[in-house]
Amino acid sequence: MSRAALLVLADGRFPAGGHAHSGGAEAAVKAGRITGAATLEDFCRGRLHTTGLVSAALAAAGALGVDPSALDAAADARTPSLALRVAARRLGRQLVRAARATWPSAELDALAREFPKGAHQPVVLGVAARAAGLGPEGAAYCSVYECVSGPASATVRLLSLDPFDATAALARLAPELDVVAHAAASAARRVLDDGVEALPAASAPLLEISAEAHAAWPVRLFAS
Amino acid sequence: MTTAGVRATARIEARDDGRGGTSLPVLDGEGPLALRRIRSSGSEARVMLVGAMSGPLGGDHLAVETRVGPGARLRVGSAAATIALPGQAKGEARYDVRLDVADGGELAWLPEQLISAGGSELFVSSCVGLRGDARLVFREEQVLGRVGEQPGRLTSRLTVRRDGRTLLDQELACGPGAPGGWDGPAVLAGHRALGQLVVVRPEFEKEMPAARLLGEYAALTPLAGPAVLVTVLAPDALLLRRVLDEALRDLT
Repeated sequence: MSRAALLVLADGRFPAGGHAHSGGAEAAVKAGRITGAATLEDFCRGRLHTTGLVSAALAAAGALGVDPSALDAAADARTPSLALRVAARRLGRQLVRAARATWPSAELDALAREFPKGAHQPVVLGVAARAAGLGPEGAAYCSVYECVSGPASATVRLLSLDPFDATAALARLAPELDVVAHAAASAARRVLDDGVEALPAASAPLLEISAEAHAAWPVRLFAS
Repeated sequence: MTTAGVRATARIEARDDGRGGTSLPVLDGEGPLALRRIRSSGSEARVMLVGAMSGPLGGDHLAVETRVGPGARLRVGSAAATIALPGQAKGEARYDVRLDVADGGELAWLPEQLISAGGSELFVSSCVGLRGDARLVFREEQVLGRVGEQPGRLTSRLTVRRDGRTLLDQELACGPGAPGGWDGPAVLAGHRALGQLVVVRPEFEKEMPAARLLGEYAALTPLAGPAVLVTVLAPDALLLRRVLDEALRDLT
């Protein structure tokens, strides 16, 4: 695995449109559930162990070469919120464009053809990681980091939170990111034998509910 | 002294009786799971699940298997809430619910709440398999701890498949020892009652109910298939039921 390729893909400046999404942080800030660094950390922790684990396992399975349509259907079943499915496909479509330009590959071309409206973002991330020469751990790391860094940078903007405090919260989460990334990669390896049923299905009810509320706001800073 | 937990499986089978009603050729309770047929309504047979012992306790492994045949209509409720309690046997308890509904069959699965008492450890798995034009109403309510009590450890997985395609696959883990953040601002934010309602109707293929909020902590969302999910968080079981009942009335 190339560590440099991992940095390129995981970089927040990778042009895949992720900066326009807050990962549920905007709704949580508005509802008063995120008020500072401590609640941001707890928000990220909850997201990490639920949808973060699921996304990372999908990405890791994609990096192992598991059929993207099976993974996409598994992502649908694990994303009951329509607003979140729409956001995930929009992000997937943007990522497939950026990834094809960065690491041209027949598998990415096929994915773009099969899902003209976008596949779920973690599935695309997995195929992109594979095209970049990364294995399941690399894909899972990319995914878990994005799962917490998105809400953190959004909260800096939404609350004018001190970026030092937000980054310190991310650093405190690092040991748990390691654990979840490895758990996700192990689950992805089980998919090779047992099919997509082996993927985790951890869910976060508040993320699902507030995504529907957020999507109905007339004015918002972030797309999701 | 250590004791082994109880193992028990209750089985229900509902069939179209060919005379506009539903018969129950299998209605077998076991151990703590007793089954009673109650007065039916029109073509629908009704069964009540009666807890004949306390539980599930630690180490218990309980299962309920229900099959609804083509054209049969079944409604299953329970006489009281199920309370997961710590037991003398070590280890977690398991409660497996397996529901299969054939093409043209209809199942309303409407048990009372599951209460996760302090110190208990329970894994609940609900697996629903639907064929063709099967219709389903599935309600699940969880209350974390009795009044003023810390909850036990509860993990609950719900899978709904229709003709081999998975419509919903969700797991929620909460209580002491659950992965971090379960009670935080992304997951439960201190709510102690949570509920889900899954409604599957073939006519949703043509006209799907739109996503909407049913309150600050409740939303209805269309799934990727002819089904909707209502997810509700509430401070207590009473308020939870009120929102779920209202959603169910609107949907059926």
